[in-house]
Amino acid sequence: MSDLDQFRQETRAWLEENCPETMRVPVKGFDDLYNGGRNPEIDHPDQKVWCDRMAERGWTVPHWPREYGGGGLDKDEVKVLREEMARISARSPLDSFGISMLGPALLQFGNEEQKKEHLPPICRGEIRWCQGYSEPNAGSDLASLQTRADDHGDHYLINGQKVWTSYADKADWIFCLVRTDNSGTKHEGISFVLFDMAQSGVEARPIKLISGSSPFCETFFDDARAEKRNLVGEEGKGWTIAKYLLTHEREMISGFGAAPKKSLGESAADIMGRDSEGRLVNGILRQSLAQYQLDALAFAATMSRVGDEVKAGQGLGAASSIFKYYGTELNKRRNELNLQVYGEPAVGWDGEAYNNGTLARDWLRSKGNSIEGGTSEVQLNIVAKRVLGLPDA
Amino acid sequence: MALVLNEEQVMLKDAAAGFLAERATVAHQRALRDSEDTTGFDAAVWKEMAEMGWAGIAIPEEFGGLGYGYTGLGLVLEQAGRNLSASPLQSTVLVGATAVAQLGTAAQKEALLPAIAAGETLVTLALQEGAHHAPAATAAVATKSGEGFVINAEKRLVLDAHVADQFVVIARTSGTPGTESGLSAFLVPANAEGVSVDRRSMVDSHNAGTVTFAEVSLPADALMGELDGAWAGLSRTLDIANVGLASELLGLSTEAFERTVEYLKERKQFGHIIGSFQGLQHRAAELFAELELSRSIVLQALHAVDADSDKLSLLASAAKAKLCEVAQRATNEGVQMHGGIGMTDEHEIGFFIKRARVAQHTFGDYNYHLDRYAEQVGF
Repeated sequence: MSDLDQFRQETRAWLEENCPETMRVPVKGFDDLYNGGRNPEIDHPDQKVWCDRMAERGWTVPHWPREYGGGGLDKDEVKVLREEMARISARSPLDSFGISMLGPALLQFGNEEQKKEHLPPICRGEIRWCQGYSEPNAGSDLASLQTRADDHGDHYLINGQKVWTSYADKADWIFCLVRTDNSGTKHEGISFVLFDMAQSGVEARPIKLISGSSPFCETFFDDARAEKRNLVGEEGKGWTIAKYLLTHEREMISGFGAAPKKSLGESAADIMGRDSEGRLVNGILRQSLAQYQLDALAFAATMSRVGDEVKAGQGLGAASSIFKYYGTELNKRRNELNLQVYGEPAVGWDGEAYNNGTLARDWLRSKGNSIEGGTSEVQLNIVAKRVLGLPDA
Repeated sequence: MALVLNEEQVMLKDAAAGFLAERATVAHQRALRDSEDTTGFDAAVWKEMAEMGWAGIAIPEEFGGLGYGYTGLGLVLEQAGRNLSASPLQSTVLVGATAVAQLGTAAQKEALLPAIAAGETLVTLALQEGAHHAPAATAAVATKSGEGFVINAEKRLVLDAHVADQFVVIARTSGTPGTESGLSAFLVPANAEGVSVDRRSMVDSHNAGTVTFAEVSLPADALMGELDGAWAGLSRTLDIANVGLASELLGLSTEAFERTVEYLKERKQFGHIIGSFQGLQHRAAELFAELELSRSIVLQALHAVDADSDKLSLLASAAKAKLCEVAQRATNEGVQMHGGIGMTDEHEIGFFIKRARVAQHTFGDYNYHLDRYAEQVGF
């Protein structure tokens, strides 16, 4: 038996023994994920049990090094673990910005002390993180951010305001872009600092969106304290880390465009009917749906192609630069089509008849996809300049 | 199958790019057009292509081909698209050889495939009758006559018609136009009595013609495969033909786009390089995204051919529809962004828009294939 087969057998046995039955049902949505933190939101006590058991083996973040609380598994082992979890429909034990965003940045840019201090609590689900990037006057033009960090010897004092801070009201710590120097160009003088949200100088207020309540917050800093040892990378060089994380974030958001299992066209035909040849009765809608589905298919093929190119050692090609733009635009198209296909129930806002307005709220929320993490227009600027080499105005 | 090229394929692609950029360029195509060349392509260049094995690129080795599969042929066609190279690659290598392989009897394959692979014989499909591609609507009739058949048909948009040696003719042997059953395929020599070819002048200056079959008598062994049973083989041939044309359109669109972007970096108006204007930058960037999607769907469709996937029809129509859409956009933007110079015959961008529309129309346009794609995915 190969080592990998052995690993699979042991993993299967361990999961069978340790994954609670209640954790073997699919999550219903983002709200159903377990995010950990000092005051975790727990719908079911088994969530914490499952997270703790997995964390003990380092399997909440199986691909991180063992010394930082990860599982130290190689790619093949991670794949086996995912397959074995999928086999019993085991939920992800822990999802957080610490795992998806800060961790990769710290592994790349953090010093040893920072990795040792911050990564293990992320793996154990003890500390929940949020991201302090956008400001009221620094959206697409993120580098013009003005939240100030003043040097006070062994610490900084932070003053200013962030916006669109996801889950700031629930997070324990923040990774935050601040201005430590105003003298150079706007990209210079930005620093990447980490600090505790549980202090008097920090206030987070949730934002209500056109789609209803949201995870987003406005976050205010009034002499909030950040220790100097929690400056990641060099002072004034935070933009490099910010760009790295933005790229990372864009890849996550672009995943929303993936084609679903049952085609929307088939759903439309079920709802609205077919002609004698089996075609959706409304030819105009049928065309829009076919165009959408064709683009979704070609987009999915592009995600696969880029993945295969990376696996074949060809590096991340230029095609990846379109992911964020195309994926989010596709998702918006799909949501508009949802309204057309499902009709009246899709414009219902509340109540059981409308499944609490899920379709309408998703539709409204999708409008933000091409704004957050870099607008579509900014993405097109990037493609035009960096990929096509077109000059600045 | 991973969506990447293997080493053999990369070498083939590079070889094709190098050869065609030197021997079969847009300038050569212009010269063929302006001299009203009687062949319509450079026979010496075709001979060299055949010597490199391209005529038999997708033909199995047992029949004298290279056995590289259709992914290999797609890569060569993509380069032909970049250069607008005129050759029998489409008529004979992509469609004719495929029709023989899909529909032919063992004896027909033995007789024709090695000759095609050697570049000695041109075989082309005679299918379309009306203004639009509609294979099931075929109305041309072949009737039994003694041991053999008699065909009456008028077929249009027959690629390389006036230089072809053999036609694969689709005719109805039973059933009514509009039904898929009752169609049969016949192998008809160009020199058979009653065959007349009218070479037509198309907007792209590539070879096509209308072929009339008037009371053409055929022996029993002219029938390809089963009587009334051509539909499955014909469908597969057309799927492959459309994936090949999508490959050509991918090369054509990419080249038109790259030339246009280069122009945006040179042309100055209002004291600025026009490529610095955001109105043009965003259109170029959107087109770049569409071209990346096009490349992926074409490669996926080519792999579906070689892997004998049951999703071939779906992917073939997806690839052709997508490439019709993108080629139209890329060539339209190409002319628009070149401005006045793009409207002149002297500039080469016009050759791209012309070839694009003929290739789009050939074996089903955007409307045909988007409709078929929707059918394939269940609505």
